[in-house]
Amino acid sequence: MAVTTSAPAAGVWGTIARGLTRTTSGIVGLCLVLSVLAFAFVGPYLVDPYNPTDTTAIWGPISSEHWLGTNHEGKDTFVQLVMGGREPIWVGVVAALITVAIAVVLGGIAGYVRGRIDHFLLQLTDITMTIPFIVLMLVVASFYRTSSPLVVSFIIGLVTWPFLMRSIRAQVLTLKEREFVEAARLQDLGTARILFVEVLPNMAGYIFINFIIAITNAIYAVVGMYLLGLLPSTADNWGLMIQQAWDNNAFLLPSAAPFLIAPMVMIMLFQIGLVTMTRSLEQTLDPRLRDR
Amino acid sequence: MIEQPPRRSRPATSPAPERRGPADRAGPPVLSLRGARQVFSTPRGDVPAVAGVDLDVRPGQVLCLVGESGCGKTTTARMAAGLAEPTGGEVLYRGAGLRGFGKQERAGFRRAVQYIHQDPYASLNPVRTVYSTLTAGLRRHGLAKGREQVRRAAIELLERVDLTPAEDHLDKYPHQLSGGQRQRVAVARALAMDPEVIIADESTSMLDVSIRVSLLNTLGALRDDLGVGFCFITHDLAVAKYFAWDGEIAVMYLGKVVEQGPTPDVINDPRHPYTRALVSAVCEPDPDLARTKERVRLRSADIPDLTDLPSGCDFHPRCPLYEQGRCDTERPPLVETGGRRLLACHVADGPG
Amino acid sequence: MTPKPPGRAADGPLLSVRGVDVGYRTGRRTRLTAVHDVSFDLYPGQSMALVGESGCGKTTLGLGLLRLLPRTGTVSAGQVLFRRKRGDEVDVRTLAEEDLRRFRWNEAAMVFQGAMNAFNPVLRVEEHFLDTFRAHEHTRRPRAELLEESAELLEMVRLDPARVLPSHPHELSGGMRQRALIALALALRPQLLILDEPTTALDVLTQRSVVEQLTELRERLSFSMVFITHDLGLAAELADRVGTMYAGRLIETGTTRDLFHRARHPYTSALIGSVPPVVGDLHVPEPLPGGPPGIDELPPGCPFAPRCPRVTEECTATRPELRVLHPRDEGLSHAAACLHADGAELSTRGGHP
Repeated sequence: MAVTTSAPAAGVWGTIARGLTRTTSGIVGLCLVLSVLAFAFVGPYLVDPYNPTDTTAIWGPISSEHWLGTNHEGKDTFVQLVMGGREPIWVGVVAALITVAIAVVLGGIAGYVRGRIDHFLLQLTDITMTIPFIVLMLVVASFYRTSSPLVVSFIIGLVTWPFLMRSIRAQVLTLKEREFVEAARLQDLGTARILFVEVLPNMAGYIFINFIIAITNAIYAVVGMYLLGLLPSTADNWGLMIQQAWDNNAFLLPSAAPFLIAPMVMIMLFQIGLVTMTRSLEQTLDPRLRDR
Repeated sequence: MIEQPPRRSRPATSPAPERRGPADRAGPPVLSLRGARQVFSTPRGDVPAVAGVDLDVRPGQVLCLVGESGCGKTTTARMAAGLAEPTGGEVLYRGAGLRGFGKQERAGFRRAVQYIHQDPYASLNPVRTVYSTLTAGLRRHGLAKGREQVRRAAIELLERVDLTPAEDHLDKYPHQLSGGQRQRVAVARALAMDPEVIIADESTSMLDVSIRVSLLNTLGALRDDLGVGFCFITHDLAVAKYFAWDGEIAVMYLGKVVEQGPTPDVINDPRHPYTRALVSAVCEPDPDLARTKERVRLRSADIPDLTDLPSGCDFHPRCPLYEQGRCDTERPPLVETGGRRLLACHVADGPG
Repeated sequence: MTPKPPGRAADGPLLSVRGVDVGYRTGRRTRLTAVHDVSFDLYPGQSMALVGESGCGKTTLGLGLLRLLPRTGTVSAGQVLFRRKRGDEVDVRTLAEEDLRRFRWNEAAMVFQGAMNAFNPVLRVEEHFLDTFRAHEHTRRPRAELLEESAELLEMVRLDPARVLPSHPHELSGGMRQRALIALALALRPQLLILDEPTTALDVLTQRSVVEQLTELRERLSFSMVFITHDLGLAAELADRVGTMYAGRLIETGTTRDLFHRARHPYTSALIGSVPPVVGDLHVPEPLPGGPPGIDELPPGCPFAPRCPRVTEECTATRPELRVLHPRDEGLSHAAACLHADGAELSTRGGHP
């Protein structure tokens, strides 16, 4: 990834908007993401959330009443699917925000200030990078039995920042040698302002792309944690649906297929949407990838 | 220029004059280099980019540094601007050494001596508008307060650098401006700090000839109306001649000043064989003059390596006037030859 | 300046550019015409400078003459007629791929701006020479013979072959690279050399040695030259004739003395007026306000009208054509595209009748 300062500066958000709508893949990705978001966040207001256990209709087939059949408890799969999107997406976004915030601040400081602070922060990334994520989750889960999605996102955020932090630091290192940064120093604008107002906005596109990538990673992490049973079952949740399908041997029953496949498809659609969006953004923001 | 903001306080050791004008034009130097040296350590050995120069920049005056690339003029400029710490010698601001400055004095120096980069495409932040580029410093240092005042100050700055109508340019991003306009914005930004000295490093060399002249005229107005002192670095003798006609030219070769004096004298009566070669090598924009102009032929076209300088005079391997036994053994000192001219040469005769 | 080499002017022009447009594809269906309706004849042995501000289309035209434009660019109209060594005339625009490859270097060669980028940094200079010979010559010759010839070429530009040939481009100084590039361009003795900003980014003294070398080589090898420059000093020194370009058009052409002493287009005189000579008294140059219009937003009349000191109402309505003011043979006529070209001479530097 190149430093993205050469992006025409119609404002950071303008650039990002243009990056998304500029190519077909960008529009397709954006539409996918928006539809999944609408499904997960608007959908719950449109369906009847009352979804009782019905032992007479376990693993029911697809019908006009149960669009995607029913699950092992006789609950309607479609309603669960609608209700189950909010949590993983929330967790993903919050975790990504935390990751990016830590990475940008620490990476910016390490790259711009250098010296001892830089050294210390690099050591910190090394240590954080060696923490095995799954094991940490096992420990946390066994001690706290946490069920709050917020805690989950904090934990994900706190262990995934080092990679992004290193690449941001590297970019700040090159950006700070640029003449406009020197010009800001000549104006005696102060380190904090130069770093956060002059230097970092030049990487906004890059940071935004990494924010999206962080969302995809965090969603995979949270779904994986449900799948491994590291998080206790609470509300409806796509990850939980997959785990329950697995626990109840849904893969052996053809009529249980929708319960297993539907959440997987939703997660995949969301992720594919995000990834295509990112590709299109990269093309706009990185002059080397931009087609002439 | 900007009337509203109170003039900032200068370092306590040196009370600021109310207004710099023609009166103190010939006054004491604002910025001086004394034996300033800059040695870079490289794997191939130490590179003495600047090997001891003494220069003075006075208010409302122009000092022009000319020379080929690699002669140390940019390094000299960066030392003078406080962007690089000299490895030897001193930079003096209002007669006091920079090294002894406290935090507040340093901040005063920082604003009083501004530097304009060569490439206006690189020196403006691509994601900031002209307005925010110009006003960041004003607001930071409290030189203008309140939305209205800041905006008015920004407009005045743009008008000062002849970027009119100023209102139209305030909200533009650098990529919407031409090279000449960007360089004007860079000048306006320097001007926002109400500088006493502007150091311009090849600031016009990336512009088209037509735009170059009008930018030089703008800079000339700052020099004459506001009494800003200039240290102007260029490789283009035509630019040096035009901008520094009332000032001085210092010719640098391999990190040293080899000739210095009032511009008309140095350009029209160059003494040092290197200066002569430079003046004679310029392609004149006149086909008849080009044919009749006398050319100095150098003995060698290549510049010696800074890590392996020749003995004696640095120029002797190329010099057409080279005298064996003298030029290759003893380094000529830079001495005054009368008429405010300095010359470092064994062979060239004094004024005549 | 050189005494004119023994020309073969009787045979007609070496290069005849007729109504050439050069355009770039900017989008799926949009095009931009960067050079518009340029015509001139270049006779053997002549040296022509194309001058103008950046963005006026001079480099595009130079590249278009040899069809070296980037992929999106094409010569979209006109003819580029070239008389080859064996006497036949071809239109460079319609040459087949293989013929074009032969044509470049054998008949006409280009020296690009920025000598560093023109060399492949991982190849030694000798490999560049060998590649050039192999790619453009009809017959294969032994390596030793080619190297010997490369050495001769380098000696022509006063470079030491023993030092330069085995070096990588980055081991040479800027001036040495530029001279090596000129030697390389001359490898197959082309009749025409197109140079794009040959001395830009070089120091004064290095510039001088390149200029001297070019003058000398032209005397010896009698090739024709088209060089693109924004440095009017270089044009005055190296050219027999000058063409001024503005907003993609040729707006004035004539001998060097025509343009420098008797410019008829206000743009040419403003351009010359903005670069005073170094020797002599202070000559206050006239600034030229504003900048050239974007190629895609040309005013309806004369493209220079918005900046012109002599603009009249007529200028904003009619676009002036290049008009011959002083006819001469061999393409040396003085012509200007200005409605007021017949008025007083605009020379900024008096004293030369």
